[in-house]
Amino acid sequence: MTGKYEKVAYYPGCALEGTGHAYNRSTKAVGEALGLEVVELKNWNCCGAMEVKNVDPKLQTYLSARNLSIAQDMGFDTVMAPCNGCYHNLKKAEYDLARDADSKEVNARLSSKAGHRTYEAGKVETIHALDWIKHSIGEEGIRERVRNSLSGLKVANYYGCMYTRPRHIFPEKDKGPGSESTAKPHFMDDILEAAGAENVEYPLKTACCGGAHALSDSDTSTKLVLNLLTTAEACGADVIATECPTCHTGLEMHQVRAEKVLGRKTKVKILYFTQLLGMALGLSPRKVGVHENFSDSRDLIREKGLA
Amino acid sequence: MPIHEKSLIRPENLIEHEKLVIDGIDVSGHWSTFIESRALTDYNENLQDEIEALGGGEHISRCWQCGSCTNACTVNAINPDFNPRYWIYLIRLGMESELVRDKDIIWQCVSCNKCTYACPRDVNPEGVMKATAHWLELKGHTEKKPSMVFDEAFSHQVFETGKIEEGLVLRQFLARTGQPLAQPWIVALITGLLRRFPIFYLIRLGLAAVFRPRTRSWGKARAAINDYVAEREAANRQALRLDAKGADR
Repeated sequence: MTGKYEKVAYYPGCALEGTGHAYNRSTKAVGEALGLEVVELKNWNCCGAMEVKNVDPKLQTYLSARNLSIAQDMGFDTVMAPCNGCYHNLKKAEYDLARDADSKEVNARLSSKAGHRTYEAGKVETIHALDWIKHSIGEEGIRERVRNSLSGLKVANYYGCMYTRPRHIFPEKDKGPGSESTAKPHFMDDILEAAGAENVEYPLKTACCGGAHALSDSDTSTKLVLNLLTTAEACGADVIATECPTCHTGLEMHQVRAEKVLGRKTKVKILYFTQLLGMALGLSPRKVGVHENFSDSRDLIREKGLA
Repeated sequence: MPIHEKSLIRPENLIEHEKLVIDGIDVSGHWSTFIESRALTDYNENLQDEIEALGGGEHISRCWQCGSCTNACTVNAINPDFNPRYWIYLIRLGMESELVRDKDIIWQCVSCNKCTYACPRDVNPEGVMKATAHWLELKGHTEKKPSMVFDEAFSHQVFETGKIEEGLVLRQFLARTGQPLAQPWIVALITGLLRRFPIFYLIRLGLAAVFRPRTRSWGKARAAINDYVAEREAANRQALRLDAKGADR
């Protein structure tokens, strides 16, 4: 499985330059430790996140397609996006541009007015950071490189919504052995298990954290997050591994909010899967940005001997 | 009973006599319960067309009412009144007044896409929820809900600069919805971070608020986007038969 995706275009997205900086930092550090090269898209723009589609869905398709056209200009046929929102939107744009004449027309019109290449479906493949590591290094490759096993660490793997839903925009998934599943995703489980972690059976892998309304309907988000946190604890997890900056920040924010507003305190820690993998590969907590997380995992990291 | 007829058994549509004797038979209390007869005259025959015209609502007519959307729904699990299947049914029948009763919860769809994943007819119920929330605001049935305030503040930044700065979105949203920035849980988040002293991170976040992240040479894209937004707004208003100020024509 090695060789695939050794050098890919990298689309960090807005969140990874802000509250999700630890994810940006740890993704790059892990890539470097694994000998994978990422080249950031030049002059990228926001993919539209979860907001622009509510103003107009085709505008979101254009914003995402502009980034794909940049990858094409730079000579890449693969773009890797660690953020679930970005990954989802780029996939959605790819899907709509291949099938929907109106989306195609709007994208062509806006691209030519904006003075850049019109992205055409089928030219660039979008992958998630999970696909990138799973397909280029694989479990065997990770096992060989682990210097500080995560053994004894109980992990609940949390994938959120945008990584698997809706299934039709991820045509490479649900293809049986070796492929990712949209009903029961497992790439993060596979990667962290190879790094020595003990994955707990977590039934809410793809439940929603309410991230789209984390601020605008915070009571709903707090309820959803509290459910995720208490279930993880009931499953025996020390830490929830995340792969989306919106989920990650949502869990951190509403863990604090649940304590302050509802008086419900939870102890489970929240770390990006790249932070856990990075520490297993021998990188320091600082190098993977543990100090940049809103939640404090330092005690757990010390206790498990990962520092 | 078709699901929309649950409106008939709301308390205000039930008649019951505490003391009633008919033909010598005592039918007091529950024995005299009647559902008041009701004639519906307020159908909006254009309702489905109006939702279809708004972004996300395009495929509502495909729905065959299997209920997979409601069954899968994240928000329904918290609030049973949040019922996408029911609203799609009302829209397809044109029962505007029944739909408007739920104006204060339709916006709460969290876009988790479970409905769109489950839908066997590719209706895109998530898109229908957003189109319906948008429709309620455009028609003046409700004020702008917090999520639309957030979406607009966010989108405006993207259209202007190509990127967003999260701190600015947060501050603008709280200001526009009249909430203080210094809420206990926000303060706890920041002080928790400060205690670990990631000073460079905080300086960088602070700098981002001053030197806002932006995509270079964005001017032409901004103009193209703004033209398109204006075009869509005009098309939406026309589809809903609204004049420029928002009243019915």
